[in-house]
Amino acid sequence: MASYETFDYDVLIVGAGGAGLRAAIEASTGDLRVGLVCKSLLGKAHTVMAEGGVAAALANVDERDSWRVHFADTMRGGQYLSDARMAELHAKESPERVRELEKWGALFDRTQDGSILQRNFGGHQYPRLAHVGDRTGLEMIRALQDHGIHQGIDVYMENTIISLLKTGDRVSGAIGYEREKGRFKVFAAKAVVLATGGVGKAYQVTSNSWEYTGDGHSLAYHAGAELIDMEFVQFHPTGMVWPPSVKGILVTEGVRGEGGILTNSEGQRFMFNDIPELYANTTAESPEEGWLYTQGDREARRPPELLTRDHVARCIVREVQEGRGSPHGGVFLDIAWIKEKLPNAEEHIRRKLPSMYHQFKELADIDITQEPMEVGPTTHYIMGGIRVDADSQMTCVPGLFAAGECAAGLHGANRLGGNSLSDLLVFGKRAGEYAAQFATENDAVPIEESHIEEIAQHVLKPFDNPPEGDNPYEIQSQLQEKMQQLVGIARSQESLNQAIEEIKMLCEKAENTHVVGNREYNAGWHTALDLDCLLTVSEAIALAALERKASIGAHSRDDFPEKEEPGAGKYNTIIHKTDDNTMSIRREIVPELTDEQRQIIEEMG
Amino acid sequence: MDKATFKIWRGDADTAEFVDYETEVSEGMVVLDAVHRIQAEQANDLAVRWNCKAGKCGSCSAEVNGNPKLLCMTRLSDLPLDEPVTVEPMRAFPLIKDLVTDVSWNYKVKEKMKPFTPRPPDAEDGTWRMEQVDIDHIQEFKKCIECFLCQDVCHVLREHDLHDAFIGPRYLVYAASLEMHPIDTENRLEELKNEDGIGYCNITKCCTKVCPEHITITDNAIIPLKERVVDEFYDPLRRLFKVFTG
Repeated sequence: MASYETFDYDVLIVGAGGAGLRAAIEASTGDLRVGLVCKSLLGKAHTVMAEGGVAAALANVDERDSWRVHFADTMRGGQYLSDARMAELHAKESPERVRELEKWGALFDRTQDGSILQRNFGGHQYPRLAHVGDRTGLEMIRALQDHGIHQGIDVYMENTIISLLKTGDRVSGAIGYEREKGRFKVFAAKAVVLATGGVGKAYQVTSNSWEYTGDGHSLAYHAGAELIDMEFVQFHPTGMVWPPSVKGILVTEGVRGEGGILTNSEGQRFMFNDIPELYANTTAESPEEGWLYTQGDREARRPPELLTRDHVARCIVREVQEGRGSPHGGVFLDIAWIKEKLPNAEEHIRRKLPSMYHQFKELADIDITQEPMEVGPTTHYIMGGIRVDADSQMTCVPGLFAAGECAAGLHGANRLGGNSLSDLLVFGKRAGEYAAQFATENDAVPIEESHIEEIAQHVLKPFDNPPEGDNPYEIQSQLQEKMQQLVGIARSQESLNQAIEEIKMLCEKAENTHVVGNREYNAGWHTALDLDCLLTVSEAIALAALERKASIGAHSRDDFPEKEEPGAGKYNTIIHKTDDNTMSIRREIVPELTDEQRQIIEEMG
Repeated sequence: MDKATFKIWRGDADTAEFVDYETEVSEGMVVLDAVHRIQAEQANDLAVRWNCKAGKCGSCSAEVNGNPKLLCMTRLSDLPLDEPVTVEPMRAFPLIKDLVTDVSWNYKVKEKMKPFTPRPPDAEDGTWRMEQVDIDHIQEFKKCIECFLCQDVCHVLREHDLHDAFIGPRYLVYAASLEMHPIDTENRLEELKNEDGIGYCNITKCCTKVCPEHITITDNAIIPLKERVVDEFYDPLRRLFKVFTG
C-alpha cells in the first residue's frame, strides 16, 4: 500500500500564477478552507515573466476607450472564434480587477495627472495596457502573493498534482507528490480550480519554463472534461534567437509599442508589405504615421509591427525562409533608431524597457540602445484549453473549474498581448468565487482509496522499470523536436499525421522510462511524470490541428491556406476522452452573438 | 566543441561533497545550461531550481566559484574555464539536496510583517492619484525578484545565523517599499527596531553588490529606514515631546 498524508479543503487551487492566486484570494473571502498547490516556489510562476502590461479599458490615456472597444478588439483578434460571453465579461470587468491590485499594493506607472498609465499594444485600438516598465507580471504576482499570504490560504509550494480524484461524476480532490521528499499527498476537496498555465514545454523553442507541461489540460481531460481549440498555439513573434542557450526567451511586444521596428537583412521594414484586410483601415500608411502613433498621436494609426501576433510571426518566418533573415535565423528588431526622433533616446529606452536592456546586455552582449536585436518566433501561449462555462468557469465535470491559460474561450484563434494578464484576474476571480459557491452548496464526497493505490503504482513505476528503459530527458527532447518540426507554425495533413504517429511511439517509450536515484527532489523522476501530460496535450494539439482544415489565427495549414473551409461555418474543435480511452474530436458551430454583441462588432468594424 | 569541468555540490543535509562533471560548452552558454546538460546526460537526479531562465523569477540562486549568483545569468565566457567551475548551493540556508536549499524561512518572515494598508481612495472610482516622481524610488525596491542572494551573502544571517533576530536585506527592502509607499498608512518602525533587528545591519553593502536587479539596497532602502527608526526612537527632541504628550 502506498502511504500518503490527507488534507481536507473546501476549495483546492492547483497553480499559483496570477489566475491561481486570484482564485485563492476570492475563494478565501468567506470562511472556507482553501488550499493552494504550486509546482515551484510561490511567486515564481510564469506570470512573473509577463512584461508588457495588463489590458483594461480604464480610458486613462484615451477617453474614447471603453469595454465595448476592448470587446470588439478581442473578438477581432481572435478571428471571431472566441466565446463572446467571456470576451464581454473580460472587457467589462478587467478595469475593476486592475484597480483592485493597487488596493493590494501594486504600483503601476502613472499618467501626468497621477492615474494609471496605459500603453499601446498589438491589436488594441487605444493605449490600454496598464504597466510597470516591462516587468508588469512581477508587480502583479507580487501584489497578489503579498495580499494572498494574509488571507489564511494554506500554500503547498513545490508540490505537483498528478491526478484528479473523482467520486461518481464529481471531482472529490487530487493526489500529488511533494518535490522535497517525494511523498504522496492527497487533497480532499469539494471543488477544485485548475490554474496550471500552458504547454510550452511541448516545443523546442519556447518562452515557457520547465513547469509548463500542460498539467491542467491533461488532468482535466483524463477526468472527463473537454478541451477546445487546442490547435491554436501562439508563437510570439519576438523571442531571442542568439546565443543558442537563450533561444526562445521572450522579447516584449512593448519594444514595438515604444516605437521598435522590424527590418530584414536588406534594411526593409517588411511589415508594411503585408497588411491583412481586417486591419487595412486601422494600420499606418507610412513609417512616420506609425511613429506618431507610438508617441500618442490620436489621429495616427498603428504601425504594422503592432498587428496581431499570429500575423507578425508569419511575416517573420517568411522573411527568413526567403533568405532575408538576420545572421542567426531571425529578423532585426530595432529600438535604437528612435534616437533620430528623441533627444534623450538612450535614457528613454532604459527607462521604458529596463529588463529588455538588462536581458540583452547580460545574455547576448547587445546594447539595445545602440544596436538592433535579433528576434524570431517562440512558442509562448496556448489559446485552446479546458472548456469552461463563461460565467462560472466550471467544466462539464461538476466541481471542477479552470481559469487562466489552461482554460479556453476568451482568445479564440489568437490572443492579443495584454489580454492574458487581464484574463488571469477576471476569470481567476470568477473561478474562485464560483468554486467557493459550489463548495458551500455541496457536501464533500468521500475519496475512493483504490483509485489512489492505482495512481501511486503508476507513478512509482519508472523506478522499477529495467535500466535499459529510456532516459526521460531524451524522450522529452524527441517530443519537442517533433512538435517543433511537425506541429509548429506551418502544418499540413502529412506533417500532422506523422506527428500523431511519432507521439504514439513516444507514449509507448514513456511507459518504460527508467529513472535513477530515490524519490527526494529527483528531477529525472519529475521529468518522467511530466511526460504523461506533455504527451496528452501534444496529441490533442496535433489532432485538433489535423481537424481544422483552414489557416486562421495562430493555426496555419500549408495545404489549406484559406481562412475558412467552404461550407463548414465558424466552429470550435472539441476533444474528449472516450470510454475506451482514446482521444476523440468533434466540431461545434460557434454560438450566435447576442444582438448587442453583434451591434458592437458592426459599429467598431 | 570545447569541454569544461564543473564541480557540483551533490548530497543532502547529512552528507554532501563536490562531484566533478565534464561537459561540452558552446558560445553564449550560462552556468545553468551546463548544469542542465549534466543533468540530462550524466546525472538525471541532480536537483536544481529554475524557472524563467532570464533573470526574472529568482529561482536559480546558487554560488558559482564562491560568488552568490543567478545560474541563468552567469555566462561561462565570464569565468576562467581552464580550471573547474564550482557550483554550490546558497550557504545561508539549510540544504535540501544538491543545489537546492530550504528557503521557507524567507516566506515566514514576510508573513509576519504588517501588510500594505492603503488610505481611503482619492477618487470615487476607488483609485488613488500618485505622481510618478513619488513612486520612482519604490519601484526600484519592487524590482526585487526574491532570489534571496542578498540574504545569502549577509553576514548577520550567513555567519552569525541570526535568523530569529534579523529579517535580512530582502525584507528591509520590502519594508522600505511599504513604508515609503505614498498611500500606505501603517507604521512599521517599532517592529523594524525590535523584532526585525534593523540595528544588526552594519551597512557593509555586500547585499547591494550581489543584487542581480541592481537595487541599491543599503543606500536607498536600509539607511533611510535606519534614519526613520533613529528619528522615531532616539531623537532627543521627539523623546521630550513624547514625555509631555504621553
